Formats: sequence, structure tokens, C-alpha cells
Amino acid sequence: MTVIYNREDKIFRGVVTGGALTSLLVLGLIGLFLFMRGAQIFSDKGIQFITGTNWTAGSGDGVIPDDFSIGAMLVGTVVVSLIALVIAVPLAIGGALYLEFYAPRRIRGALATLLDLAASIPSLIFGLWGIQVFTSFGERWAILINNWLGWIPIFSVEFENFGRSPFIAGCVLGSLIVPITTSVAREVYSRTPRDLVDTCYALGGSKWGAIRSVVIPYGKSGVIGGAMLGLGRALGETVAVYLLLNLVFSYNFRILESEGGNVASLIATKFGEATEYELKALVAAGFVLFLLTLVVNMTATTIVQKSTPRA
Amino acid sequence: MTSTTNSPGATAVVEPSAFAGLETRGAHAWFGKHHALRDISLTFPARTVTGIIGPSGCGKSTFIRLLNRMHEFIPGAAMAGSVLLHGKDIYEPTVDAAEVRLKVGMVFQKPNPFPAMTIRENVLSGIKLAHLKRSNHDDIVEQCLTRAGLWKEVKDRLTASGGSLSGGQQQRLCIARSLAVEPEVLLMDEPCSALDPGSTLRIEETIKELAEKITVIIVTHNMQQASRVSDYCAFFLTDGGPGYLVEADSTRKIFTNPADSRTADYVQGKFG
Amino acid sequence: MSTSTTPETVTEVQPQTPWSTPRAAQAKSGTTLLLSALVAAVIVLFTGVAGVDGWAITFMGLSLVVALLRTAKTGSKERKDALMRVVITAAAVAAFTPWLSIFGSVLLKGWPGIRINFFTQDMRTTVPDDFLEYGGAIHAIVGSLLMVLIASAITLPLGILSGVYLTEVRGRLTFLVRFVVQSMSGVPSIVAGLFIYTTWVTATESFSAFAGALALAVLMLPTVARTAEEVLKLVPEDLRAAGYALGARQWRTAFMVVIPTVRSGLTTAAILGVARVIGETAPLLLTSLSNTALRFHPFDGPIASLPTYVFGYLQIGTEYAIARAWSGSLVLLVIVFILFTLARRFGGKDKR
Repeated sequence: MTVIYNREDKIFRGVVTGGALTSLLVLGLIGLFLFMRGAQIFSDKGIQFITGTNWTAGSGDGVIPDDFSIGAMLVGTVVVSLIALVIAVPLAIGGALYLEFYAPRRIRGALATLLDLAASIPSLIFGLWGIQVFTSFGERWAILINNWLGWIPIFSVEFENFGRSPFIAGCVLGSLIVPITTSVAREVYSRTPRDLVDTCYALGGSKWGAIRSVVIPYGKSGVIGGAMLGLGRALGETVAVYLLLNLVFSYNFRILESEGGNVASLIATKFGEATEYELKALVAAGFVLFLLTLVVNMTATTIVQKSTPRA
Repeated sequence: MTSTTNSPGATAVVEPSAFAGLETRGAHAWFGKHHALRDISLTFPARTVTGIIGPSGCGKSTFIRLLNRMHEFIPGAAMAGSVLLHGKDIYEPTVDAAEVRLKVGMVFQKPNPFPAMTIRENVLSGIKLAHLKRSNHDDIVEQCLTRAGLWKEVKDRLTASGGSLSGGQQQRLCIARSLAVEPEVLLMDEPCSALDPGSTLRIEETIKELAEKITVIIVTHNMQQASRVSDYCAFFLTDGGPGYLVEADSTRKIFTNPADSRTADYVQGKFG
Repeated sequence: MSTSTTPETVTEVQPQTPWSTPRAAQAKSGTTLLLSALVAAVIVLFTGVAGVDGWAITFMGLSLVVALLRTAKTGSKERKDALMRVVITAAAVAAFTPWLSIFGSVLLKGWPGIRINFFTQDMRTTVPDDFLEYGGAIHAIVGSLLMVLIASAITLPLGILSGVYLTEVRGRLTFLVRFVVQSMSGVPSIVAGLFIYTTWVTATESFSAFAGALALAVLMLPTVARTAEEVLKLVPEDLRAAGYALGARQWRTAFMVVIPTVRSGLTTAAILGVARVIGETAPLLLTSLSNTALRFHPFDGPIASLPTYVFGYLQIGTEYAIARAWSGSLVLLVIVFILFTLARRFGGKDKR
């Protein structure tokens, strides 16, 4: 049925559509703009931009050429985020299960509020806490890991300076993303059909039996979605990493070694004194980061939406 | 089963019947402050089928959940009285509730096979959950599915997902699952209400076969089903307050010549 | 055997919960828990295990042993259940500890700097190393408020209009708008800052509060639009039908019937948007930088904000500078929590 709108309504619809269109343009243009601004870098360096590890500003007179590539920073981004994920996911699952199945009813509400509050703590404060409070603990653990497991390459170090390593940054980022992953996990676990859980008990199972047989399989995709949301957050994290890691331009897989960096902190560090060309490189880096987080977040949202059917 | 009536002022003539595996004495149930069941005393003779009938809302489902200690999972639940299995009160502090649930199994209203498991895994799930030591898994699967009347239909696709069956088949799978842990009593909470008439009749046949070895207690809305399937019937009623037992007797007596006029009205379809 | 009772005699029966753990057993497990904690502390003191974390791990190990001992006589099912209970509780504690530590540290270390002058003075005449009686953060607080206000003025109308478009008008761009809003909610904040830097800041050749507000607006818009859409979607269709049936035009229906119904929901959308951006540092580092003097002009050059205030003094690294950073964090955290509580309060009001 086609609806004919009178003049008043047409104005209304026009205004509303205009507003939506503006949002669309503002947000949609960002990607386009970044790409265009950084396009020169992509055409100059091609795939090397992503694989190379140098970041040298040229001397301007052609003697030393500009050479910008984000390979090291991309690796750093991924390494730190993966560490964060490895730490956060088990804690999030445990926290969600505890909250949903083990917490005494009286403190459940308080813990849920605490969880939501934690999700709203700005990452800057995580960084501050990371440097001032956590590093001493993290260093101790890093030394222990290096002592006992140092024969595994990723746990070996060249210099015994553990304070500003991807490991510590990963731990802090991990606690940053635990709240969101725990919330999503808890949401999914609470939707487990009561029937199935009751059946486990009716068959003589224990609480852990019910959790293992029914709750965890049911919540699997939801938890994966939540983990990916956390991953997306970690990939784009700037300030905490900036404060905790030294920017070192080489591929570093030794997570206890004090070098690393990620793309976001690269941008934050270098933009101030960047030359025109270097700025373009930073924009190109930002575009790559933007694409990366976009893909991760979209996958995450699809997974989470699939696992939480709307009633 | 002895006949009982709950009309005010009457005194009961009581004779203990043949060996009764399960028995309740003065059972009450509450949800928080809400008194749901009042003073239910019933005896369930071994290897019989007892139908629990009555209009909706009179506590039938609550009652059977007292029998396998599932009532206590509801927040705010409380009870009183005793439930005796082989003469021992299952609510005594020394009793392990999980052990009770192994002996008193339950089939729910809506068929609920575990979706993440195959048919075979579903049947064996009780054994896994209860950590029972059994070495003859294949035999158990075949026996239980046969007793549930499902073996012929699924024996070639035991690795198919539990959810790939029709409603009636799923319910029979749930029955097989309950049988795997070798219960002595099987509670069934309106097991056919979500199924088509054909599946319903098949399950009723299964129930009659099961009663050769175990005691079945079935809650049902459907009076015809009760008259077809059960040896004894217990009629519950509520006046807006807690549900109570009006009359319990052999099915034949309940349906042809009940002692209480309310029972007569109910089985003739005058209400409920 | 059965009994026949009259209704009156039955009311004497009291509800019981024979399945709950009796007091004696509860006290016993409580004491065991305390004992393990003490033993763990003793072990920590006498061996090389160090720190609170060492004690926590020892405590967990002891709890596992206790669980094993308790279920030694029962079957494997009970044993696994008891052990997993300890593991899951430990994981939950590990998850919650960092946040508790953050709250505690911010409170303990930020409190000394919270004095009157913190809220009344700025840092134009004070050196970072000065004692905490001198200087303050009013310039940062005002800067943050200014930028958030400007960002909200831009984002709220646009976000709500987008929400209205998606639920009421539902034109041809619906899928595109929803898709873009959804994907942009994951934009890294540094990228938003970079975008404004390479456009506005470069074009006007200045850092300013307005530039910062623009960057914050980019981050805020998806949150507001999505929450607005969700809130508007909850309005039942019959409400709109009732409006049309009364002869009202679409716009009148929207304004007078639908939107007022979800007023608190939209307020929540706004509050959530603000809470999202008020703690953002990265975009401001590229657009508004920081400064030391109180100012109100949105276009007049760099301006401080709470996040850049904290960031800056943390970087300076001397004792009193770091103290100021903690105090700034305390104020920031309190603001975020107040916003969060407000959002919850409003969020519940529309429930039917």
C-alpha cells in the first residue's frame, strides 16, 4: 500500500531523513577519507607498508629517504591483544559462571553492579593503575615465567628488563576487556533453557555436571562473540599501551621482552612532530587499524546476535 | 491402594496395602508464603501406574516434584511432611538428593533432548552425569531405546542429533534417557500434552510396558488417558487455596463409582 | 495408609527446608575457610612465595586440597563438582580483583589531593612539583564539560533523528544507516582523533575545544543512535496505531505520542553517550591537547580536559605530579559512576 503524505508529514520525514543522512555521511566518510589521505602511501609502498618494520622519517633533502611501515606495530597489536584475550576469556567464563550459578543470592546484585561499573572505567585509568600498581606484580610473574619456562622461545629474553613488556601490557588490557566479555557470557548463560538444566539434575547430575553438559555448550557461540568484542576493544586501545610499552620497531614475539608497541600508540606518539609525508603514513596506519577492528567487531556482532534470539 | 476421602469429619479406614515403594505422609509444599499443597498422603504400590488428575493449578506438578527432590531448586521453596522411598524419608539430612533422583526419574512435559548431543549420547547422558560405572554402553543404549519403543526407528542413526527427531520420538528418547540410570520410579509430568494423538497412544503403550518393571506416576490433564493407562488414580482439587487430595482409588472405581461427588463431576467432564 | 484431616488441624504445620545446610555445617565450612586462609599466610611468610598474589594462589591450592579431603569418601562426581567450585570461584575472584584494586588505588592515592583548591584553581601559576595545596584542576573539569556539551549538542539531535528514522520513517536508506551506525561503534578512538586532526585541525590550523568536541561526537554518535533506536523499537505498535486512528499526522504522532513515551529511554541514550566519551584520552591528544589555564572559548587554542590532565601529569612522573594524576582519576571515576547510576535510574523507568 502506498502512503501519500501531506505537506506537514513531508517536512517531518525530510528533517528526520536529513538527520539520519548526516549521521550516515559523517560516520561513513571517515573510512573513505582516511583511505584517500593515506592512498599515496599505499601506492608508494604497496604491501611493504604492512610487512616492513622500519619507521624512519627522511632527512627532507633526499639523502635519507622516508621509510614508513607498520609491520612491527601490527605484530605488536596482535601479540598484545592475543595475550589479553588468553588471560581474559577464562576469567570471563569463570566470572560469568560464578555470577550465574554459584554466587549467593544476596551478593549477586552487588557483583553485577560491580561488573557494570568496571565496564565503564576509562582505559586511561587502567593505564595509570597498570604503571603504578600492577607492574611490580607483573614483573615478578614475568621473572617466574622466564625462570621456569624460559626455554620456550616466546618466554625467553635478551635483556632482563621485564617492566615494559607485551606481557604486562597484555595483562592490563586483559583486565580491561574482562568486563565486557563477562557481561556477554553471563547474558548467554542466563538464557540456558531451564528445562535442560533441570533434566541434568533429574538424572542425578551435580551442578558442575549440568554446567559442563548443557550450559557451556549452549553458550559457546555467545562467549566467542563476547571474546571477539573484547578483542576489538583491545586492538584499538591506545593510551594504556602507550603508557606501558616502549615503541620498538622490530618484530617482537618474545612477550616478556620490553619492546613492542601497537598501531594506536604509534599514531599517538608520532603525530606531534610528523612531517607531511609521515602524517600520510600515520593516516594510512590508522586506516589499516580501522579495517582490522571493523572486521573483528562485525564478526563479533553477527555471532552475538545469532546466539541471542530476540523473543 | 486404599481409598481415601477428605470430606470434613470423616475418619479413614486404613489398611496398609501390598509393598509400596513410594509413599507420602502429610506432604505440604510452599513457594515462599504461598501454600501450594496441603497434606497429601498417598501410597504408590510397586509396578503400577498411578494417574494424578485434577484441574489445572491444583498442584499436581508441584507434588511430583516433591517426590524426586526437584521442588527445592525453586527459590523460596519449602515443604513439610515426609516422602518415603522403601520406608526411608528422602528428606532426611543424611540422604543424598542426587541418589534419590537416580531412583526416582522424571520425564518433562516438553520433550527436551540435549541439543548438543547425538541420540546415543543422549541416552547415555544420565550415566555420564551421575558418574555411573558401566562398561556395556551399547547394550544399555539398545535396551533403553527398546523399552521406550524407539529402537527400531533410530537404530541406524544413533549418531544423528537429538533434535532431529519428531516430537513424539524426542519424548521417547527422553524416556529412554531416564531409563538408562535404572530408576525404580518414573515420574511423568503431562508427557503427551505437547504431542499429536498418534504419538500419544504409542507413549501410552510404552508406559504400560514400563510398568511391568517399575512404578510409574503420571500427571495428566486428559481423563481419557488416565482411564486408559493407569491402575490407580488420585484426584487433586483446589478451592483457590492450597491443592489437596480429594480421593485416591483404583481407576475403575474412580471412573465408575467414585466416593466423592466432586470426583464424579470431574470425571464426567462437568468442570476442569 | 493415609490420614484424613480437617482443614483446621492442618494449619499448624510449618514450612521447612530440610535440604539447606544446617547452621552447624555452615559454621564448620566457614571456619575451615578461615583456617586455610591463615595457613596460606603462614606458608607465605616462611617460604619464598611473595606478595598478595602468592598468598592468593596458596589459598586456592589449600582450598583444592580441602575440597579433595571433604569428598574423599564420596564418588568422582562429587569430587569433580567440589574441585570445579573452587576453580570457578577462584576465576571469578581473579576477574574482580583488578577492578577492586583500581577502585581502591584511585580512592587511596587520589584522596590526598582532593582539596578545595583542586576545584577552584588551575595550574597556570603552579609548577607540577608544587605541593598539593597549590594549583588545581578546574581548567580540566571545565574543559571536559565544555567539550562534552558541544559534542552532545551535535550528537543528540543527530542520534535521535537517526533513531526516529530507523523506527518511524523506515525509508530506503534504513539498511545502510543501521549498518554504518553499527560498524562505526567500534571505531578506535585514536582513529576518530586522527580523522578530526587531518580535517578540521589542519584546516583551521589550531587545536581547540571544538576540535576535541568533534572527535568526541564521532565516538558518541553511534552509541546514541543505537540506544535511541532500541528504545524507540520498544514502543508497541498499537500506540502508534492509536495516534493515527485519532487522525493525527505522522509527525504529530511521533512527537506527541511516541517520543514522550520513551523520554527516559532517550535520556538514558544521552547519558550513555556522555559516559562513553568523557573518559576518552586518545582523540583529545590529537585535537584539543592540553593547557594550564582556565578558559571557556571553544575555538581559541588548546584546552585541558580531565583525561589529558591525568595523562599529562602521569607522564611528568614526579611524586606530586603523579598524586595530581590520581586525584584527577578519582574525579573522573566519580563522574562516570554518577552518570552510570543516572542511566540505570532512567533506564528502568520506561519498563512496562
